[in-house]
Amino acid sequence: MTGPVSRRGLLGLAGAGAALAGAGAAAGYGVAREPVAAADDGVVAFRGVRQAGIVTPAQDRMHFVALDLTATDRGAVRDLLRRWTAAAERMTAGQDTADDGALPGNVYAVPADTGEAIGLAASRLTLTFGVGPSFLQKLGLADRRPAPLADLPAFQGDRLDPARTGGDLCLQACADDPQVAVHAVRNLVRAGFGVTEVRWSQLGFGRTSSTSTGQATARNLFGFKDGTNNLKAEEPDLLDQHVWVGDEGPEWLRGGSYLVARRIRMHIEPWDRSNLDEQQRIVGRTKGVGAPLSGSNEFDLADYAATDAAGPVIPDDAHIRLASAQANAGARILRRGYNFVDGSDGDGHLDAGLFFVAFVRDPQRGFVPIQRSLAKSDAMSEYLEHNGSAVFAVPPGLSGPDDYWGAALLA
Amino acid sequence: MSLAPRHAAVLVPLAAAATVLSGCVSTAPSAAGPDGPITVNATDSACEVSTTTAPAGTVTFQVTNDGSQVTEFYLYGTGDRIMGEVENIGAGLTRDLVVEVPDGGAYTTACKPGMSGDGIRAPFTVTGSAERSTDTNAELAAATAGYLRYVTSQSEALTARTTDFANAVKAGDVEQAKALYPQARTYYERIEPIAESFGDLDPKLDGREDDERDPGVAWTGWHRLEKDLWVDGLQPDSARTADTLVADTKDLQGRIPALTLTPAELANGAKGLLDEVATGKITGEEDRYSHTDLWDFQANVEGSQAAVSALRPVLDQKNPQLGPVLDQRFEAVTTMLQDYRTADGYRLYTELTPDDTKKMSASVDALAEPVSQVAGVVTS
Repeated sequence: MTGPVSRRGLLGLAGAGAALAGAGAAAGYGVAREPVAAADDGVVAFRGVRQAGIVTPAQDRMHFVALDLTATDRGAVRDLLRRWTAAAERMTAGQDTADDGALPGNVYAVPADTGEAIGLAASRLTLTFGVGPSFLQKLGLADRRPAPLADLPAFQGDRLDPARTGGDLCLQACADDPQVAVHAVRNLVRAGFGVTEVRWSQLGFGRTSSTSTGQATARNLFGFKDGTNNLKAEEPDLLDQHVWVGDEGPEWLRGGSYLVARRIRMHIEPWDRSNLDEQQRIVGRTKGVGAPLSGSNEFDLADYAATDAAGPVIPDDAHIRLASAQANAGARILRRGYNFVDGSDGDGHLDAGLFFVAFVRDPQRGFVPIQRSLAKSDAMSEYLEHNGSAVFAVPPGLSGPDDYWGAALLA
Repeated sequence: MSLAPRHAAVLVPLAAAATVLSGCVSTAPSAAGPDGPITVNATDSACEVSTTTAPAGTVTFQVTNDGSQVTEFYLYGTGDRIMGEVENIGAGLTRDLVVEVPDGGAYTTACKPGMSGDGIRAPFTVTGSAERSTDTNAELAAATAGYLRYVTSQSEALTARTTDFANAVKAGDVEQAKALYPQARTYYERIEPIAESFGDLDPKLDGREDDERDPGVAWTGWHRLEKDLWVDGLQPDSARTADTLVADTKDLQGRIPALTLTPAELANGAKGLLDEVATGKITGEEDRYSHTDLWDFQANVEGSQAAVSALRPVLDQKNPQLGPVLDQRFEAVTTMLQDYRTADGYRLYTELTPDDTKKMSASVDALAEPVSQVAGVVTS
């Protein structure tokens, strides 16, 4: 091999792809205010106003990892974040983590890149970085912690497993090819040994939300379309209002967001034994087209006032009613969750559910009221168990070529 | 599902991808000999090697599994010392074995369909003698010589302490034997990669009850006696097993003067010892009856550090940044283990909590990454 192994370079399409992407972005999105589109070669821009992986059209697969610091020396952490940024940028461009990383010239050298992505396209890989409240605490930066960056309150029915909860840092890898996402996390985790250790991680195999109007609404493991009313990349004003941190936030976070993660186990087997009518009344939508029970098409606005002889058409304890902006003082969130099946539990039931990820401008105002109302009254709760939870602040995108993850925070 | 990007990838130059993938195993230009690789056609019943002789130096075998079972391919030196191996070759797959054979002489090739038994063997002759990479640099020569002295001293102590242990077993003094067991093993665990390089010795000395053995071959070694002492009580053949253990450690000791090591082997041994910790000790697998795993843990780390220390002058010359990181990480592991010391050794594995093993795992990961860099640096 000569020169760096470029997975994308193997395609010989890079130039053409980039040109096409430019045209597509112009035609599809008008002014490309948010860098959302992927080039035809599957490369999503790594640097930009926002971090990729938030309003980027949701990819098919996810590997999410929460890490803890094992070193609290700011210099060591800074060094790691620089190395992570460089490796992440290369991987999102479809390359290995370093020049000759996967295949070093010296056969006795350990490959710097683990190699399982050789020959795979960039696959719209995005890597999104965030820090938890404990990150600031451990590094003596508590004075830079914005108030919303705090552990979530306990919700009714929570059964949180400490081993799946919290974390000093998070990395969200999303891609259309699961091996590309896993490769990215694996290599970043490896680069972190000595400074970070994995606290927990989660694989997601199917997106449950659309983050762009160009995407069809996917289904969750209850078999229902999920995230029909999600905020979308094409709604910049709503994103400013509900997703991006504004002047209220500290400088290092302005233009960024907060990521709320919840591992929601679904009790699949009992759900499968509930009749269609019960399922639809629990959700508040039809299972087929996903229309609100008050309407007939997926995107019909739900009419929560509608009644029939039996009472409200959309029951008072229906999931969509309790989660709606109307019921939560206008609060909205950008959902970006994934289905998961982590094999089965010891009782022979699927360990399956929804790895819920949402991006919000303020978790305390955006997420907490919604979850509180769901935890208290949602008819679906009977089939759900929240067993993991975390909140991270997600800084804005990287500005120039020398910028790196966390630079402004650690400056 | 958006399949577009994946289609693009699949359509890409399969040929290019295939080149890269096969490169994964063989890679560097130096790996291919002037006459190209020696091909090995492995089936469920045959092991056809395209030639039975090769000049000393780097020898590349291209092994194709045309059988139905998963196979392995080995090159053995004298005394079944494993010169190189490529494992887990699925049906229909081709993998390369690149092996450094600096000395001429008689060797043995073996395919192992089903990955068990002695395999289908054939003699293989290496002619001439290649310049050893050890000789090209006086410091590297000093490094390997220094490490061999360490191995020699450890093997001497191993024989002595193993003899004490065996005597206690033979005297029926279970308490004394239990006390000596982890102490004697320390000397073995420090140099375990050396014992493992003699492929026939490690199974005899360190085999587990559930390992596959040829019919008629008894389970011997440390762990057999460990089970007698901690679980079953001494058996009619315990004394004989103790004698066999001593004989096998003497066999190991006797082979060491003839041992030669390359810097790469030395560095890989340092890394291998930490792999042992990760897979055998932090899991409690190794000493499953006595639960004295932390003794072995400490010994593996010490052995790893000894190998790295021997290479240190070369390391400092070629990559001055790596040494200090290694110092710090070795120290962190050693300090961490101090917390588990007791008056007469270490806490038992069964007394550890999940938090303890997680902490151990993180510190070994932190150490093993820089240790894994050593081989590349000293051979660059």
